[in-house]
Amino acid sequence: MSVSQIIIFPILLPLASAIAMLFFRRSVMVQRIISLLTSFLLLTAAGVLLSAVISEGVLTLQVGGWAAPFGITLAADLLSAVMVAVSALIGLTTVIYSFAVIDSERERFFYYPLFQMLMMGINGAFLTGDVFNLYVWFEVMLISSFVLLVLGGTPVQLEGAIKYVTINLLSSSVFLAASGILYGIAGTLNMAELARITPDLAQKELLAVVSVLFMITFGIKAAVFPLFFWLPASYHTPPVAVAAIFAGLLTKVGVYALIRFFTTVFSHEAVFINEVLLVGSALTMLSGVLGAVAQYDLRKLLSFHIVSQIGYMIFGLAVHSPLAIAGALIYIVHNIIAKTNLFYISGIIERICSTCDLKKTGGVYARYPVIGILFLIPALGLAGIPPLSGFWAKFVVIKAGFEAGEYVVTGIAVLVSLLTLFSMMKIWNEAFWKDMPRKDYAAGENSYDSMGIGQRVLLFSPVVALALLTVLLGVFFEPVFRLAESAALQLLDTEAYIVPILGGKE
Amino acid sequence: MTLLLAIVTGCLYAAGIFLILRRNMVKVIFGLILLGHGANLLIFTVGRLTKGVPAFVPAATDVLTGEYADPLPQALILTAIVIGFGLQAFTIVLFKRTWLTLGTEDLDMMKATDELPRE
Amino acid sequence: MYSIILATASKYLLLLLQMFSLFLLFRGHNEPGGGFVGGLVAASAYALYFIANGISEAEKLLKIDPFYLIATGLMIAVSSILPSLLVGLDVMKAIWIDTGIPFLGKAGTPLVFDIGVYFLVLGITLKIMFSLAEEDRQ
Repeated sequence: MSVSQIIIFPILLPLASAIAMLFFRRSVMVQRIISLLTSFLLLTAAGVLLSAVISEGVLTLQVGGWAAPFGITLAADLLSAVMVAVSALIGLTTVIYSFAVIDSERERFFYYPLFQMLMMGINGAFLTGDVFNLYVWFEVMLISSFVLLVLGGTPVQLEGAIKYVTINLLSSSVFLAASGILYGIAGTLNMAELARITPDLAQKELLAVVSVLFMITFGIKAAVFPLFFWLPASYHTPPVAVAAIFAGLLTKVGVYALIRFFTTVFSHEAVFINEVLLVGSALTMLSGVLGAVAQYDLRKLLSFHIVSQIGYMIFGLAVHSPLAIAGALIYIVHNIIAKTNLFYISGIIERICSTCDLKKTGGVYARYPVIGILFLIPALGLAGIPPLSGFWAKFVVIKAGFEAGEYVVTGIAVLVSLLTLFSMMKIWNEAFWKDMPRKDYAAGENSYDSMGIGQRVLLFSPVVALALLTVLLGVFFEPVFRLAESAALQLLDTEAYIVPILGGKE
Repeated sequence: MTLLLAIVTGCLYAAGIFLILRRNMVKVIFGLILLGHGANLLIFTVGRLTKGVPAFVPAATDVLTGEYADPLPQALILTAIVIGFGLQAFTIVLFKRTWLTLGTEDLDMMKATDELPRE
Repeated sequence: MYSIILATASKYLLLLLQMFSLFLLFRGHNEPGGGFVGGLVAASAYALYFIANGISEAEKLLKIDPFYLIATGLMIAVSSILPSLLVGLDVMKAIWIDTGIPFLGKAGTPLVFDIGVYFLVLGITLKIMFSLAEEDRQ
């Protein structure tokens, strides 16, 4: 086995485990064991992949042995490898968290196989080097997310799913049309080949249209202004474990695709696209955080925050300097970890107070001070308080913004982080600080108090692990920054991506 | 022929977009299906139409020579049709479940996810 | 509606169509045919049997839940990746062995994949059919 064969494992492992679980559909216990084992293996594989990419540069795998650009290429550069590693980590913690919170009815209806299929789609999207293949992975991801979203079938879930499904099908059809036109112009869909030949193509106008189409389709997936309305309408409806994995990973796949396309594939269109993205990012940050400030439902508030945070990543991409892209990458990693953790904690609060409505919650800190501390770490991290990871992520992005002379948008970014802090403090005041308005803490079957010690360990270990990571990323920031910087340089140097796949220029 | 297909693609897109702007769920799903077909036909058209020369390698040689139809757009369309079929089947089932659960097919009535909590 | 002619004929046709579906499966790599078509033909054989004899007879004939056919098919299809992975070639590269067995001819990993697809398509089609019949019965 050669080193580059490690690329297939983040795709193959979840698939194999999902299939294996189908044979044990009656035994939830076996499914749990298989998913836990797979998630550990996946994390290991992702770690090996990351270290291999760090030491050996871009790894490629020609599926079926068909040489690029004719076959499907899988390629892992630093960006892909980091994303796979983070998503594997989130996959593992969410699986553990699911053991504690997912009800047995959903577990029996293929929750775990679907979860692994979702992981396969996400990893596939990160690792592919082919535009059409990316479309296929997006669809794999979508269909699993559709089913996870409606699993359980409560009325509000169905309503949320209608919005989510419709807008995503629309985005898929735009994606399909865009890749079709791109093939018509360029005669290839291999990303490396595209990166090499598109600068010299004659049909510049058509290429600009295609790049805008791609921007729209990935903009919908990433929830960029004005294409984000489906997100706060649907992400609070499914069970909290599902919402957490969606919040952590799905939109970031869209951001990843935007970064991949507008650094590697369409590098020459960057000037025009970046202006659009810059305005879009400012409006995304603002509208997201204003929506969050207005909300009194904990999970809706967090959903609006996802949108707002996406703005920072897009801002980094739009500024397009090495520092800015490094900032965007750090921001993605930080945000995936902090955001998922906040959703985990919102699930715990919901268990304690039996509601997500902040007007009816309260007194959590008085009863369970530890949960308060655990909430503060990702919340302050998200707002950008040093020394947590969010501070550095914001610092790098904003510094790059100032260096590029984008004072207005950078000013908005600073203002938005203040509003983020405000809305986090709102959660703190309403859920943790103030007295419980009616003193009716949740009781009975699904409440926090009725959970056994084993279940609480399952509930808290992911939260503690991710909180620890938020702190560690902030305290030991230098290696993280170096990694992000080399990833950004690799992205901006398209030859670094092209040569391992296609070989040098003839 | 290309012009004809381009017009058909345009009509499919127009009809699809018109339908997804309707309030009725059933019309929306028809709109999405038409958009999918429009995209498939678009790939077929922009992939260049070559009449009557399938990409078969002649028995005597190892490589294709002369003019031949590009098989890749067709492969893309085949994949897209299969994926689209699965997604559309799921959507139809979802819409049916929603109709049975909520008792309405009017999308404007489905605003529970966006409403502020009432006291 | 029960027709004695169709019910009798369907038993023989079932066998015949299944043989035909296997024939399609094995000739499929370089000639028209393959796992997908084969699976559909096999499923249509069961569909005919079901139309003639009713859903419970068809379920009795099949013995296992089509769900497990889906799982088995997927497993076989995915396992076709493994040989190339173990040998150290590019993943999913086809490995062919000339068996020299008449009718089977060249066998290799694409054939394994096709067999997986065969079961998958058969399973899914039957699952859809049984679910619809189930809904009809209620």
